Amino acid sequence: MSLLRHAILLLAVLSGTGVVATRDPVAQAVTLSFHGLVLSTLFFLHAAPDVALSQVVVGAVVLPLMFLLALAKVRRQRVTRPQGRR
Amino acid sequence: MAYQGVAGLFPFAVAAWLFVCGLYGVVVSRNLIQMVGCLAVLQSSTYVLLAAVGYVPDGSAPVFLEVVHGPVVDPVVQALMLTDVVVEATVAALLLALAVQVHTHAHTLRPDRLTRMRG
Amino acid sequence: MTARGRLVLFAAGAGALFLALLAASARLPAGGYPGPYGTVLNRVAVLERHTTDVVAAVTYDYRGFDTMGEEMILFAAVAGAALLLRRTRSEWTGPEDLDHLPDRSVADPSDAVRVTLLLLVPVAITFGAYLAMHGQVSPGGGFQAGVVLVTAPLLVYLGTRARLLVEIAPGASVELGEGAGILGYLLTGVAGLVVGGDYLDNFLPLGRLADVFSAGTILALSVAVSLAVAAGLAQMLISFVEETLRQEG
Repeated sequence: MSLLRHAILLLAVLSGTGVVATRDPVAQAVTLSFHGLVLSTLFFLHAAPDVALSQVVVGAVVLPLMFLLALAKVRRQRVTRPQGRR
Repeated sequence: MAYQGVAGLFPFAVAAWLFVCGLYGVVVSRNLIQMVGCLAVLQSSTYVLLAAVGYVPDGSAPVFLEVVHGPVVDPVVQALMLTDVVVEATVAALLLALAVQVHTHAHTLRPDRLTRMRG
Repeated sequence: MTARGRLVLFAAGAGALFLALLAASARLPAGGYPGPYGTVLNRVAVLERHTTDVVAAVTYDYRGFDTMGEEMILFAAVAGAALLLRRTRSEWTGPEDLDHLPDRSVADPSDAVRVTLLLLVPVAITFGAYLAMHGQVSPGGGFQAGVVLVTAPLLVYLGTRARLLVEIAPGASVELGEGAGILGYLLTGVAGLVVGGDYLDNFLPLGRLADVFSAGTILALSVAVSLAVAAGLAQMLISFVEETLRQEG
């Protein structure tokens, strides 16, 4: 079990670095979702099932969805105001 | 063996690395919405830290029927993490709404172009 | 200062911070978690509060006041986002279909996506209701139930057009649900005062261990929090979706 714990901690490092390294916000929503799933597994392996339950929905579904909705609103504003700067 | 030795230090090193990484993302980001994603990594570093603080080696989850047999993980820290996860997601959504409003009025999402405050 | 200079300064500061965090972690007490609160609670909470989930007892009973504060943060964030994303009547561009951009054609979700997501809606609602009512018996509770319940309108939104989301979760009932959840929490605390104890006192009968109706006010507070969280997140989702404007026009 300890080996699994260390492995998931290493995976959390990699996915967190991946989120920061992703420059495009649309792609970052996907890496953020993966990071949320890795965190949820981390909580489960640290004997915290309650936290894993809330993290799995929030980190993998709600937060990336808010990201994509915000990006959709921004993109729509860019299209309807073609004279604006990019 | 928790809390000491190289293996015991690893979770805290992970939390520190995620914190520094998220901070780097916030500092160099060129897009306000991407900055909120890096902020989410910052938030996740605190969760990892709390999970590591409360963990007891080979401890079981704090859900049991009557008598404690063997080591059990700390429940207070888990209560902190539990509410924290949901509430910080709503705060991140509030920041996204702020970013959308900034784009509405300033027509840009680049932080270094948003230097002047306009009425 | 140039961008490169700022980056160098940041790298120096971040490196120092990282090393300081490592050094601080190395000074934690050897031998792992020292207690005493965790060990005391694990021994005592099951018999004192008749709940088998100690984390739910900590969240809604031993530290129930902090959970009230967290609910207020959630409420404030949802209200702030709704305030920021409302559009005044002068910005409304017209009754065209706001679901897609004018230069892109939108495809309806395919039948496979629609059937799968809509079949998952009763699963989400049932599981969310189960989590809300079983917080004191198994891993669960108000916050988990709230986020699972909010996936039900979210699945409807993803499987169909956005218009359906606003029809099944109109603004008035969502706001009512959120207010009812927060008010339920506060009034349960006041009821503790009325009965003669402290605020947020666990005054309801504790019941038998591992029953659903046990652990006193933990069940009531858990249901109130699940309602507040689900309605709050649904309100946030609706604020982000543009269709809400059509109701005003």
